[in-house]
Amino acid sequence: MTNKMGALVDITKCIGCGSCAVACSLYNGLKPEPKQESKMEPASENVELAVNRWTVVQSHKVKKNGGGIRRFVKRQCFHCQEPACASACFAKAMQKTPAGPVVYNENLCVGCRYCMIACPFEVLKFEWNKPFPRVLKCQMCSARVAESQMPACASVCPTGAITYGEREKLVEEAKKRLADKPNFYIDHIYGLNEVGGTSWLYISDVPFGELGFRTDAPEKALPDYTWEVLRWTPAIFVGWGAILTGLYLYSKRRATAHDEEEMYAPVDPD
Amino acid sequence: MIALVIIAALICLIRFIYGLGSVINLSDQWPWGLWIGFDLLCGIALAGGGFSTALIVHVLHKDKYLPIARAALLTSLIGYLIALVSLFLDIGRWYNFWRPFVFWGFHSVLFEVFWCISLYTIVQILEFGDIFFERVRVHFPPYKKILHKIMPFLLILGIVLPTLHQSSLGSLYIIAVNKLNPLWWSMIIPFFFVWSAFFLGPAMATIEGTLAAKTYHRKPELSVYSDLAKVTIWMLIIYLIVKVIDLNYRGVFSSAFNGSFESNMFLLEMIGFVVLPILMYVTPGIRTKQWGVFTASVLVVAGVIFNRLNVVFTGMAKSLGGQYFPSLWEFLVTIGMWSALVLIYCFILYCRKLPHFE
Repeated sequence: MTNKMGALVDITKCIGCGSCAVACSLYNGLKPEPKQESKMEPASENVELAVNRWTVVQSHKVKKNGGGIRRFVKRQCFHCQEPACASACFAKAMQKTPAGPVVYNENLCVGCRYCMIACPFEVLKFEWNKPFPRVLKCQMCSARVAESQMPACASVCPTGAITYGEREKLVEEAKKRLADKPNFYIDHIYGLNEVGGTSWLYISDVPFGELGFRTDAPEKALPDYTWEVLRWTPAIFVGWGAILTGLYLYSKRRATAHDEEEMYAPVDPD
Repeated sequence: MIALVIIAALICLIRFIYGLGSVINLSDQWPWGLWIGFDLLCGIALAGGGFSTALIVHVLHKDKYLPIARAALLTSLIGYLIALVSLFLDIGRWYNFWRPFVFWGFHSVLFEVFWCISLYTIVQILEFGDIFFERVRVHFPPYKKILHKIMPFLLILGIVLPTLHQSSLGSLYIIAVNKLNPLWWSMIIPFFFVWSAFFLGPAMATIEGTLAAKTYHRKPELSVYSDLAKVTIWMLIIYLIVKVIDLNYRGVFSSAFNGSFESNMFLLEMIGFVVLPILMYVTPGIRTKQWGVFTASVLVVAGVIFNRLNVVFTGMAKSLGGQYFPSLWEFLVTIGMWSALVLIYCFILYCRKLPHFE
């Protein structure tokens, strides 16, 4: 596997300024919907990912050492090592690039939304109100990554909460930080093993479950589940076909034999 | 009913011009709704009668069921066409629908579903062509001759393909391993889907036959239904046993009784629509009566629909969060489509172009 590049988010360093989200919108040309500007969102409610918000910073009030603290979580596509969305796509519109990003090609997309069912983190968003809707999500600035630049969000982070680099080195770095401050960090790198590993990794000082992370994600890559069943398809096709052909010929012969018996049966004297 | 079809067609027009969001209540949290859950999953399952009766009649050569097989084939064909239409409505970038034929995303379950459904629809049209030419005397011998030669091959293909995609419709949900409630999620969910589509066949044929007989004032073929019910009993019992074993194996058997909404729905599905029909079918006093075999069959069919809806909605609700209730427009389109199905079916029956047709 050459899924090289990734990013490490240190939640303890994030101050929730939202620069990453702004940089993302600017670089990707995402326009806020005019409707939402007039509608004030309640302050307590976190903004969710959307077709025009590929990354958001969500705040969570959590308890730590008896006191209440606030933690900020930057959310975006995790860019799984073995993405469920890409395996679910039957038109190859979702692809894992060798450099790391999982990218979407709208020209191939059929719009069936199976990728959205498949995605374990629900980051895929659909343009419901367009005649020809696209499925949109963070592309990890794949054009920038291809030119050895860091994604827009990582490039503007003022506190160093986002570290961009080769995934393997980031894993080392994360392990080092956990080892350096074992009493501070939670002993878990989110994304190291979840759904077979993701390109984006997180470390935190409060349990991930309290920060809105899915803790029920299996460690096995999701495409493997499907493949375990799907790989039998050709065998079933040939095998079941052969069984049916056999049955067909057998029962047909029996039927004709039966007819012949009747045909040559002694004629009733009456 | 014709009015309903026209309304549905108009709504579809709006959908194509203004996008899906203008007519449906789906959201990013609920990517699949009524059209996929009911029209596609249930529609295809209900059309499963086509292949199970084809297996009984054409492969096992139990010719006494021939009238049922033909009725089932017709329903099945119309059902598939409707499923394809609703799929076409539901996909966003519909002009790209042919892509999977060219780009082989074979690692996707949907790829298998798509190929099998498309091929099977073609196979069904050809199969039906054979019946059609029996009746309509168009003098085009080469077609008929070719058709007759490849018919056994088509019949086999017409069983293998649905077996594969009925099961794959279940496999679609395997990837939702951390989303679908464990009462329904299983590595053998493809087995449950194909098996239930199969035992649904005879039940569906019983209902159709009864209704058609009533409409056209003929005597329903009760003895045929009672015999078919015996097949259904065994299939239902095996379904139930495998379900229990599967739940035990995955250690979630107890969660069926924890009183949650999901567990109650699950128990209702299993007891009301699997155990109850078994009991009704095994009681000779009920099975050999027209009302009895009809009611039990309705329960079986309702049970399969209930199961599909549980997978799409009940089982997913907790992890997806948010609210989804189909909009009026979604309902109207669905109703319009099923009206179209009934209309076409009645029209063909009315024409009485089909020999041995009830």
